[in-house]
Amino acid sequence: MSAPTNTSAGPPAGSSVLLIISVVGAFLAILGAGLTHDPLFRLQAATLALAGVIAAFVLNGGLAGGTLRDHPDQYSDNVIKAGVIATMFWAAAGLLVGVIIAAQLAWPRIFYFPDLGFLNFGRLRPLHTSAVIFAFGGNALIATSFWVVQRTCKARLAGGITPWFVFWGYQLFIVMAATGYLMGATQGKEYAEPEWYTDLWLTIVWVAYLLVFLGTIWKRKEPHIYVANWFYLAFIVTIALLHLVNNASVPVGLLNHKSYGVMAGVQDALTQWWYGHNAVGFFLTAGFLAMMYYFVPKRVERPVYSYRLSIVHFWALIFIYIWAGPHHLHYTALPQWAQTLGMTFSIMLWMPSWGGMINGLMTLSGAWDKLRTDPVVRMMVVSIAFYGMSTFEGPVMSIRAVNALSHYTDWTIGHVHSGALGWVGFISFGAVYCLVPWLWKKPGLYSNKMVEWHFWIATTGILLYIAAMWVSGIMEGLMWREYTPQGFLAYSFIETVSAKHIENIIRTVGGLMYLAGALIMIVNLWKTISTPYAELADAPAAPATAIA
Amino acid sequence: MAHERETDHATGVETTGHEWDGIKELDNPLPRWWLWVWYATIAFSIAYWVAMPAWPGLHSYTKGLLNKSDRADVGKQLNALDAQRGQGAAMLRTASLEQIEKDPTLQTYAQQVGQSVFGDNCATCHGIGGTGSKGYPNLRDDVWLWGGKLEDIQYTITHGIRSGDQNARMSQMPAYGRDELLKPEQIDDLTEYVVKLSNRPADAGAVARAAPIFETQCSACHGLDGRGNQELGAPNLTDADWLYGADRASIRGQIYAGAGGVMPTWAGRLSPETIKALSVYIHANAGGQ
Repeated sequence: MSAPTNTSAGPPAGSSVLLIISVVGAFLAILGAGLTHDPLFRLQAATLALAGVIAAFVLNGGLAGGTLRDHPDQYSDNVIKAGVIATMFWAAAGLLVGVIIAAQLAWPRIFYFPDLGFLNFGRLRPLHTSAVIFAFGGNALIATSFWVVQRTCKARLAGGITPWFVFWGYQLFIVMAATGYLMGATQGKEYAEPEWYTDLWLTIVWVAYLLVFLGTIWKRKEPHIYVANWFYLAFIVTIALLHLVNNASVPVGLLNHKSYGVMAGVQDALTQWWYGHNAVGFFLTAGFLAMMYYFVPKRVERPVYSYRLSIVHFWALIFIYIWAGPHHLHYTALPQWAQTLGMTFSIMLWMPSWGGMINGLMTLSGAWDKLRTDPVVRMMVVSIAFYGMSTFEGPVMSIRAVNALSHYTDWTIGHVHSGALGWVGFISFGAVYCLVPWLWKKPGLYSNKMVEWHFWIATTGILLYIAAMWVSGIMEGLMWREYTPQGFLAYSFIETVSAKHIENIIRTVGGLMYLAGALIMIVNLWKTISTPYAELADAPAAPATAIA
Repeated sequence: MAHERETDHATGVETTGHEWDGIKELDNPLPRWWLWVWYATIAFSIAYWVAMPAWPGLHSYTKGLLNKSDRADVGKQLNALDAQRGQGAAMLRTASLEQIEKDPTLQTYAQQVGQSVFGDNCATCHGIGGTGSKGYPNLRDDVWLWGGKLEDIQYTITHGIRSGDQNARMSQMPAYGRDELLKPEQIDDLTEYVVKLSNRPADAGAVARAAPIFETQCSACHGLDGRGNQELGAPNLTDADWLYGADRASIRGQIYAGAGGVMPTWAGRLSPETIKALSVYIHANAGGQ
């Protein structure tokens, strides 16, 4: 490993091409905004045009002023820095919207704004889910994958300026999707709400992401491909496939925001949940397992527990997950045989999921003391525990008899959040706590005590949240199926809603605590970055930034 | 880059000899319990496929040895429910509203049916307990807009109010302000007059000025004494019950814009015997007439 050098060539490859694309894109978007009769499309096109103009000015300035420079002998870490900042920004935004909609459910009279339609629950709910899954989770995945693939391949990110295009293109996708939801542009498909033009844009960005990742693996200097990269690659490839199939639609017009899906009825429903469940499987599971496979062994400085287990559970997970979607459609118009397959494949998925948990936890063999001394390790271990719990709960809930009670209730919401807050959130926070001192070349974090506070406040918040949702979910499920001796439903829907009032309040408090933890983290990271090296506590030196 | 297998000191297990960015891998076997539980879930799934509808073919699917069918099960359950409801429903169909109310068995049955149906269909507007809210009448008091007799309630539920049903209960309070039928100051005076009608202190001068206006404009529906008319759904203005609010601003707003609520027709959505049960339920739980 050599020290970082300052040799620099010209601007990154592809900068001029990207400049031309930005100018042409901005021109087309301005044309679209001018010609359309659809006010919603006009605003979205104007957003696109603004992004194109800003990109063109920045690129032109960088090229003309010579500030846009390549460092071919160093890892591309600046785009990862930007990714870490974006991750934490979207975490705060997405969690805040979550707390707001939780408050709307707990106190519908207070948090109801009839004059501000865009603040209605129906608009904010997809904003929350997309912000936490795609904005927070997606940025965490892209940023960590860029770090991991470079370090484990001993190769610089491929594609010249393309990683930056992936980063900013993805932020533009988020902004287009989010502003669209608030104005009411939606396909009405859960987790696939963005309309056709936003979907097309994401497709371009995602293909660029795939090419950067593959290109980096292609020029690796290691003989083998590390397990984390298998998982990242599975995540990128499968998400591309899911996105393309589920969003197949025909726009009303090329200057109109609205589109209609090519499928209808039960075929549409099955495709949607094939997509929806594999978004959980390949975005929220495979992607974050990749994160775990790098950051856990790296942080605890121990070898991965079992190479064989990682191979077997990887291929089992990939093969079985893709079948599990129909369990979202139990007791619906979906044929019973398809429900059977969805349920049984979900049950067979239990152990392949737990393979990741075993490999993550057992990697601590010989280093369990770090659970006591390093709060970041504790956060990642608790994250794996939540992963284990929710991947057990999932197969249980996929059993038709259980699903008859749990479906459409808060139990599902609790299940999702034990996975999202516990697993996805904590493993990402753990990775970011590792990355910030490494990226900004600091000896350690500004305050381990603040990590402790973050950990305990957020963990308590998660437990309050999921316990409240178990209680309210099972309660409303039982109330919905209760008949009077005369054969009539015992409770009206609105009675089951008011019965959940206390649980809804507890859930809001839990969410608020989770948000508070994330804000403490942001302050800690900010102090870590802004405090000079010498003033931070002694800690092991940051890893090399140069390609050895 | 180490490619030699070495023994990990902490666990005594060999590594695979690979290394990436300092990360090595141990060569541990698959945990036995993990493998056996996985095999068990696969065995369970295969058994389930044999027993239940499972794999699709070109034209059909494997039906399973147990010959189970959700579709058939739902049919059976609906029939069972009909049988369970059947006896009471038949009795409700033939009995008159008065008979239902007087016969303790029928009355209890109608109450239970009514409560369930009310919760699912009426509570959305009239509230869980039927206590109403602004614009949605309270059904637990003895104030009735369109009559509180059993037959009146049955008629209202069946045809609705301003519902578009050709037999719906119809009337329309004029929008005196919005349609400029009266001047703003006349509406101010009328507001005082209406406040006075409900026995509250009001500006005597305004009340005097408004008296002839009330007589020409309002009394046709609300009556000279302001006690209303249930034939026209015109509320009694002398009591303390106010559908759109009791304060001066609310009363003035109602004279200005003349809101008239809509209640849907339930004929076709609820069976006649269910509507009977609902009428008895509402009648018994309010100060029915």
